[in-house]
Amino acid sequence: MEQNFWSSRQSEQWRIKVGLAEMLKGGVIMDVTNAAQAKIAEKAGACAVMALERVPADIRAQGGVARMSDPKIIKEIQDAVSIPVMAKCRIGHFVEAQILEALGVDFIDESEVLTPADDRFHVYKHNFKVPFVCGCRDLGEALRRIGEGAAMIRTKGEAGTGDIIEAVRHMRTVRDEIARLTRLPDEELMTAAKELGAPFELVWEVAKTGKLPVPNFSAGGVATPADAALMMQLGAESVFVGSGIFKSGNPERRATAIVSAVVHYKDPKILAEISEDLGEPMVGIGLDELNENQRIAGRGW
Amino acid sequence: MSSSRIGVLALQGDYEAHLKALARASENAVETIEVRRPADLESIAALIIPGGESTVMGMLLERFGMFELLKSRIANGMPVFATCAGIILLAKNIEASEQTRLGVLDVTVRRNAYGRQVDSFHAPVQTTIPEIGTIDGVFIRAPKIIALGPGVEVLAVYQGDPVMVRQGNIVAATFHPELLPGAPVHRWFIQSF
Repeated sequence: MEQNFWSSRQSEQWRIKVGLAEMLKGGVIMDVTNAAQAKIAEKAGACAVMALERVPADIRAQGGVARMSDPKIIKEIQDAVSIPVMAKCRIGHFVEAQILEALGVDFIDESEVLTPADDRFHVYKHNFKVPFVCGCRDLGEALRRIGEGAAMIRTKGEAGTGDIIEAVRHMRTVRDEIARLTRLPDEELMTAAKELGAPFELVWEVAKTGKLPVPNFSAGGVATPADAALMMQLGAESVFVGSGIFKSGNPERRATAIVSAVVHYKDPKILAEISEDLGEPMVGIGLDELNENQRIAGRGW
Repeated sequence: MSSSRIGVLALQGDYEAHLKALARASENAVETIEVRRPADLESIAALIIPGGESTVMGMLLERFGMFELLKSRIANGMPVFATCAGIILLAKNIEASEQTRLGVLDVTVRRNAYGRQVDSFHAPVQTTIPEIGTIDGVFIRAPKIIALGPGVEVLAVYQGDPVMVRQGNIVAATFHPELLPGAPVHRWFIQSF
């Protein structure tokens, strides 16, 4: 294990960032748009909240440019809860990231859910003290983001749909690509890196360890306790829930149930109990109802 | 049912890092289990409470019917090792907080006492335990122990504050020995109980 891997050469600051990601494992991170929602999330057992201007389902419905939250709202959320507060910045918008860092948020999500600020480049995340999480659809995208300094990866899914199919696809894709790398002989890894569009040293490390060097959570489309448990059984280490909670009939009950489902994800009997009588789930949009240009998972370079 | 099985509370947090540290410390010789239900709690000889969110763990202990059982097992002498959030969960007093706690460790803690994540840090921590010596302390949104009861022994100090303590069968640290490549604290914990 003491090989000279990419991750073992990173700074102490990088390790501290990944350390916080470790602390968030086995939990649920909930999207909230104000302090009242943040309190509901904390009371239900969220291990962190994600501050954003509008939940993804509303961004879809209302259109327009989606940006970082108002700092005033972020401060109100920070004052309302004791759990970590995350916030989203636009892809490539390093000034929004600087502002979020100045506000003292605990994690920044450079997120495809907001309207990208740059159509070619992401934020160079090693320059920040605050850790970043970024979305991915496949292993190459995950390793590019880690190379830029992301301390946590989340598979993207398709946010704001309540349809789990893309989350499953992305998680399976990452998992299968990792498994494939572990079977390749050393001389094939450079070409694999070229094909994945990923840094060679990270490809090498993943091939030798069989896992990403940072935690991998799941996002985009979780609407029920069963969805959350499905992602955990597929290998997610925690679950982000966006519109699924506050667009449902009874946010408190659903949030509580999703937290319980992440703890007992391997126990169908308990899952059956906690899935009972939760009220209406979010209405949702089936993925096949979306045009290619209505899909947001494709944002990210 | 094994008399030497060590459980890691797996309701939320870095329980996997603790399981791996136990495996490193014992060269896989120690039997471990993820503790999520009362029956798991009954089957173990010792328990680790991981880092994570103390409010979440406290709430889930109650939700899943484990709170009283855990409290009585600790009171009856089950060895416990807790890190970061774990020490908050064990503490008798938590400054400015009404959150659920087991209250079995006679200390007062201040949550997030060093600040937010941007204030998290690494620093060498010198312990009084010869088998452990000086280790790399990883402090992540860490609490501070701001008062100690008479029965609490200080095992390590950082900048004047106790950061690792022992009270009878309970050992607790405000930092994260489970995130170190070696596992000296886990090895010592396994050997001393």
